[in-house]
Amino acid sequence: MQISGAEILVRCLQEEGVEFLFGYPGGAVLEIYDAIFRQDKFKHVLVRHEQAAVHAADAYSRSSDKVGVALVTSGPGATNAVTGIATAYMDSIPMVVISGQVATPAIGLDAFQEVDMVGITRPCVKHNFLVKDINDLAATIKKAFYIAKSGRPGPVVVDIPKDVTQQSAEFHYPENVHIRSYVPATRGHPGQIKKAINLLLEAKRPYIYVGGGAVQGNAAAEVTELVKSLGLPCTNTLMGLGAYPGSDPQFLGMLGMHGTYEANMAMQYCDVLIAIGARFDDRVISVPSHFLSQPKKIIHIDVDPSSISKRVKVDVPIVGDVKHVLREMLDILRQSGQKPDAAHLAGWWKQIEEWRGHNSLLYTPSTELIKPQYVVEKLYEITGGKAIIASDVGQHQMWAAQYYKFDNPKQWLNSGGLGTMGFGLPAAMGAQLANPDATVACITGEGSIQMNIQELSTCKQYHTPVKVVALNNRYLGMVRQWQEFFYGTRYSESYMDALPDFVKVAEAYGHVGFKIENPSDVEPVLREAFGPALKERLVFLDFRTDQSENVFPMIQNGKGLDQMDLPPHMRDVQQLPFENNRDYGNMC
Amino acid sequence: MRHILSILLENEAGALSRVVGLFSARAYNIDSLTVSTTEDATLSRMTIVTHGSDEVIEQITKQLNKLIEVVKVIDLNESEHIEREMMLIKVRATGKDREEMKRMADIFRGRIIDVTEKTYTIELTGTSDKLGAFIEAIDRAVILETVRTGASGIGRGERVLKI
Repeated sequence: MQISGAEILVRCLQEEGVEFLFGYPGGAVLEIYDAIFRQDKFKHVLVRHEQAAVHAADAYSRSSDKVGVALVTSGPGATNAVTGIATAYMDSIPMVVISGQVATPAIGLDAFQEVDMVGITRPCVKHNFLVKDINDLAATIKKAFYIAKSGRPGPVVVDIPKDVTQQSAEFHYPENVHIRSYVPATRGHPGQIKKAINLLLEAKRPYIYVGGGAVQGNAAAEVTELVKSLGLPCTNTLMGLGAYPGSDPQFLGMLGMHGTYEANMAMQYCDVLIAIGARFDDRVISVPSHFLSQPKKIIHIDVDPSSISKRVKVDVPIVGDVKHVLREMLDILRQSGQKPDAAHLAGWWKQIEEWRGHNSLLYTPSTELIKPQYVVEKLYEITGGKAIIASDVGQHQMWAAQYYKFDNPKQWLNSGGLGTMGFGLPAAMGAQLANPDATVACITGEGSIQMNIQELSTCKQYHTPVKVVALNNRYLGMVRQWQEFFYGTRYSESYMDALPDFVKVAEAYGHVGFKIENPSDVEPVLREAFGPALKERLVFLDFRTDQSENVFPMIQNGKGLDQMDLPPHMRDVQQLPFENNRDYGNMC
Repeated sequence: MRHILSILLENEAGALSRVVGLFSARAYNIDSLTVSTTEDATLSRMTIVTHGSDEVIEQITKQLNKLIEVVKVIDLNESEHIEREMMLIKVRATGKDREEMKRMADIFRGRIIDVTEKTYTIELTGTSDKLGAFIEAIDRAVILETVRTGASGIGRGERVLKI
């Protein structure tokens, strides 16, 4: 029996087990929306802006093992989706975005709502397709899902012209996909794995550096086992938070531009580094030459060969699925029963504890002003560390990353690579739909939240009881911080005047809102918002926080990992204890 | 250093733009690029001449391999190879230049493939260096137009690039 292209698409999505389709209708996708209307296997979530559809689908993926799907119309619908697509691409999130396109005969004629979606998204997708023939439609959708979730995951765009959705063809959904030019790596090279183990066992100052690849690659259990069984110190990147439990003593905190003192110092002064699904990003290691000025051997496990030796040349590259590779390493270690030298390790830990003793995340409490760090600490306490936290971008994002100790992967959702303001609220919404029983909070600022605040309406429609924790300092905080440090406190356009009354905004959308101005109210209000009475409601918490608070530690552009700007209580800490002592290797 | 990369890629719409887009997006150099189908109609073969440090060339190769439609990439410089490029060059050929032009074409083993009273069009094949040398060897003022295909390359001996 022949069915329409639109029906074929709907059947494909059903075959893929899609639960939610995040989208927004328009001319080029009317046929698809009609087919959606006539089915009840998956639910459509009508967002208020296409960017939010894509962020929601992205977070649906980030917070589950499934692939989020978004549907947008041609032209402006498609271009609105681009920021969301680029966000997912930078963080390697599997996602399928279906965009409508003008009918094939009209392509290239500057038709109404026509845009070259395949061309526009080419640099920010893992792959994209323009389906010109209805007979290719089902196989293309199958390929799109396969490509999105295999290897290093990423977003895939399928652009479907309107006439293709209207024509008819037999539906046949392929069971398997074979793409001769695309064979993602799985198992690592056994010889390289042995080499890595030997290096690790011989290390005097070993360190484990874990990125988003371990989260996406479902390798958190293996990471934890490796770190625990060898007794090594471990750090997670911003994208890797939760891959190793944040509350564990072997965790040194996040590293990088706003990483802890101990995490960054250990990164600089380790002698064997094992990087797992991490990419030596500029926000993590800063300047490669400075990072390498302390000699160290680097083992790098990554599913994407192009991530290896991109910014930093590594000694033992292992291309493969991180979960597979770590399993093999663990097997070998278990069989041999070998451990790193205890005396060396004890010396290394002694040094680390000394660094950790400075407590670089200490901030000055206040009874007058609400400290943003305090809000995150209380949030952590009240949610028992179990909430899924979706974050926006800025100072609040860094405080969330620093003070909420994520014990589980897929619990922390943030736009780490692209740094997309406006990600938080739609992401929280997508995560709540993927995890209906979970507590989901969106940590945001008054700047970021306004970039997709219209989604309060979507949250109302679909009953997603997200808790919005806005750290409102009346400034674009991170911009203000940089202007304070590097631009002589000339706060150019970083102050937001004429802010709305967020409580009224929340209420206007049918939600509950609170304005919190006193530190003593922080805890009770959080308890109320996260308590049983408001469990089913979206609550908007407008915390008026200290305007002058800065994120510490901080590594300025061009500085090294051991050249941090430290918080006030650490200003007299000798930052470079080893600068004149390059034979630090003999210390432990 | 100059490298010649040979790429087999799916003969599909948009595949070329992915490769070209990659080079511009990541600020890699393209000295020349040539592409056409192979004996297998589903495959195109592309030759890209680029230059960069060993690290950059390694990244280019990896990034190319990451493109879904790229089937295989080899760096011809890794072993013995042959490189050829064709140039069509139109030169003014009047008076004493006419005879000199013919001689130069012969020396470089070029062929004159179009003749008018005032011009010769010469077809010249060789390495990119050789074509460059011809341009250097003749008087700049007589050159009316040049068109070059960009280099194509193939491994020497029994080494083949196939799927």
